Amino acid sequence: MQCVVTGGNVKVLGKAVHSLSRIGDELYVEPQEEGLALRSVNSSRSAYASFLFAPLFFSRYSIPRGLNFRCKLAIKSVQTVFRSLATLEKTVEKCHIGLDEQKDRLTFTLHCKHGLLKTHNLSYQDSESLEAVFDKDSCANVFRAQPRVLVDTVVHFPTSLEEVTLTLSDERMWVRNHVEDEAERSKAVLTELCLAADEFDHFDIKLHNSITFCLKEFRGLLLFAESTGLPVTMYLDEPGSPVVLSVTDSVLEGNFVLATLSDDHYLRQSNRGADAEQTRPPDDFMNDDMDAYLIAMDSSVAPGPSTADPPSLAAFRKPPAPNYRTRTYSEEEEDGEEDPERPPDKKFRSLFFGSVLPPSPRRSSQPFTTQEVLASDSEEDEAEAD
Amino acid sequence: MKFRGKIIDVACLNHFTRVVTTISKLTKTCVLRLTPDNLFFILSGKVTNGGVGMWCELLQNNFFDEYQMEGVSSEFNQICLEVSPENLSRALRTVQCAKSVKIKLTKKHCACLTVAAELPTLSSASRVVTHDVPVEVIPRRLWQEFKEPVMPDFDVSIYLPPLKMLKNVVDRMKNLSNFLVIEANLNGEMNLKIQTDLVSVSTHFKDLGNPPWGEDASQDGGPSQRGDPELLAEATVDIRKLQQFLVGQQVNPTKAMCSKSNTLKLTMKIKCSAGGSWTH
Repeated sequence: MQCVVTGGNVKVLGKAVHSLSRIGDELYVEPQEEGLALRSVNSSRSAYASFLFAPLFFSRYSIPRGLNFRCKLAIKSVQTVFRSLATLEKTVEKCHIGLDEQKDRLTFTLHCKHGLLKTHNLSYQDSESLEAVFDKDSCANVFRAQPRVLVDTVVHFPTSLEEVTLTLSDERMWVRNHVEDEAERSKAVLTELCLAADEFDHFDIKLHNSITFCLKEFRGLLLFAESTGLPVTMYLDEPGSPVVLSVTDSVLEGNFVLATLSDDHYLRQSNRGADAEQTRPPDDFMNDDMDAYLIAMDSSVAPGPSTADPPSLAAFRKPPAPNYRTRTYSEEEEDGEEDPERPPDKKFRSLFFGSVLPPSPRRSSQPFTTQEVLASDSEEDEAEAD
Repeated sequence: MKFRGKIIDVACLNHFTRVVTTISKLTKTCVLRLTPDNLFFILSGKVTNGGVGMWCELLQNNFFDEYQMEGVSSEFNQICLEVSPENLSRALRTVQCAKSVKIKLTKKHCACLTVAAELPTLSSASRVVTHDVPVEVIPRRLWQEFKEPVMPDFDVSIYLPPLKMLKNVVDRMKNLSNFLVIEANLNGEMNLKIQTDLVSVSTHFKDLGNPPWGEDASQDGGPSQRGDPELLAEATVDIRKLQQFLVGQQVNPTKAMCSKSNTLKLTMKIKCSAGGSWTH
C-alpha cells in the first residue's frame, strides 16, 4: 500500500487525526478501494467517527488488489506525526504512508523542505473492522450550518460541560446545557441560546423534539470543520437515535455518530416494523454484563461468525444512546418484543461503571459466551444482517 | 426584590468582566450587595478564610446604562446575594462581543442572576444567550457582617510599586519561604524580606510615595502620623495569601496602597480609574 498526500492536504489529514483523537484512543485504519478510511470509537461505544479520504485526495493512492487489511494504532502516536499543524503547513511538502506487513508497521514519511525526511514507523495491531451503520436519509431532522455558527454556539458552554440539549421547532433551535442531577441544578449555571432558521444553510425539521448528546465529541468535529471551512450537516431523529454529523467535500467525507439520551417521555413506538429496526437495531446484549460485553468487543479479531457485521458494528446498530443507559441492555427483557417500554431512567454514567444491571431476570439461562454475544441473537426477529 | 441592569458599552462590559474575574481568582464564593448607587463584592474576613477579607466597591453608574433595583423593603433598600464569582465571570466572558448585556435577578428553579446577552449575528434576528447563575439570597439578619470595613488606625500607609513587579518578586520569594516581612516607612521606602536558614533575600523599593492621611472619606479621623519618618513599620504575612491577591489582579489600578496598622492588619487598597475600589 502506498499513499502520498501533498500540499495542503497534509494538514487536512493531520486535522482529521486530531479530530479523531477527541473520540477515542485508537485509530482504526482501513485502506479500501473507495479510499482510505480512518476511524475511531470511544470506549463506551457511544461515539464513533470516521473519515473517508477518496483516492483523489491523494496524489498517489495505490493499494494492491484485494487487499483486505485493517489495523489499529495508538492515536497518540499518529498525532505525533502530525504534531504542530502550523509548522506542518509551512514545512511539509508531502507525506508518504506505506505499509510494511512483515514488520507490522505503518510508515509515515514526511518530506519536508530542505530535503529533510522525517520517518515515523508506527506499529499496528490487527483489528476488527469498525464501521457503524447509520442511515442518514431516514432521519427526520436535517440541518446544515457553517462551522462558524456552531463554534460561536458552543463557545458559550464551558469546556467541562458534558451534554447539551437541542430543542427543535420549525423556525428555531434552542441549545441549552443538560443537567442530569437535581442536586446539580441548584449549583450549575444554566445556559441557553436560540438559533434562528435563517442562520443555517439548510434547516429542515419534520419532528419537533429535543435531543441530548455529548458536547466533547461534537467539538471534535467542529475542530475539523472550522479548519477546513466545510459546512456541517446534522442528521437528527428521535431521542435515543444517534445523531450524525457530516462534513463532505469532493474528496473526503467525515461522519461523527454520537449517542443521544433516550427521553423518558418518549415512549419508544413499540412494535415498529422490521425496517425501522434497521436504524434502531435490536439489542443482542440484553441482560449481559457490561464488562463481558466490552471484553467481547475487544477480543474479536474477525467479524462475528454468523452475521455479516462485525461485533462492533452490532454495537452501533443498537442505538448508541441507550449505551448511556442500562435500558439498552434491558431492551430485550420483555420476551420477543421489539421495543418494549423503557425502564426507568438511569444516568449516562452508569454505563461506564459497569452498573448495568438487568432489571428483570435473564430471559434465558444460556450462558453468554463471547461468541454468543457477538452473534445475532437467534431470538431476535431482526437479523443483524441488513 | 428586583434588580435589572443593562450594560451597552463594550469597554464597561470588559471592565466589569475583569473585575469579576479578579474576584473569582480570590475566592470561590462571595457576597454581592446591591444598593441604588453601588455594587459591592464582599468577602468577610473571618478566620475561616484564613483571615483574608475583601471589599470591592463599584459605582453602578460607571458600568450600567440602565440600573433599577428595589431592595428588600423601602427601609432597607438593598439586596444581598451569595454568588460564585467564577460562574458569573464565565458567563460574562463569553459575551464580550455582545450588543448589550442585561443582568437581572430572576427566579427559575432557584434564585438566579440571569445574564442575558444580545449577540450580533449575520441573520436578521439577534441571538440571545442567557446564563442563569444560581445565587442565594442572604436574609437581612445577616447583613451586618457585610458592612464596609473601617480603615483601622495605621502606622504607615504607602503606595505600592507596580503590581506586576510586586507579583514577580513575591512569586520568586514564595519558592523560598512561607512568610514574608513587609516593611514600609513614611519616606516612601518599602522592603520585602524573607529569611530562611540558608538564605535571606530582601527587595527594596524607593520613592514610592505615601498617601496623605485623611484623604479617604471612609477613614474616620485618620491616624496621626507621628514618629520618625524613617521608622519602618513591619508586618509578616503568609506569602501564599499575598500571592493569591496579586495573582488575581487583572484590573489596572491607578493607585495601590498598603497600610499597616498596629493591630497587625495589613490592608491593601486599590483604586481603579473607573471608580471601583477594593480593600483586601
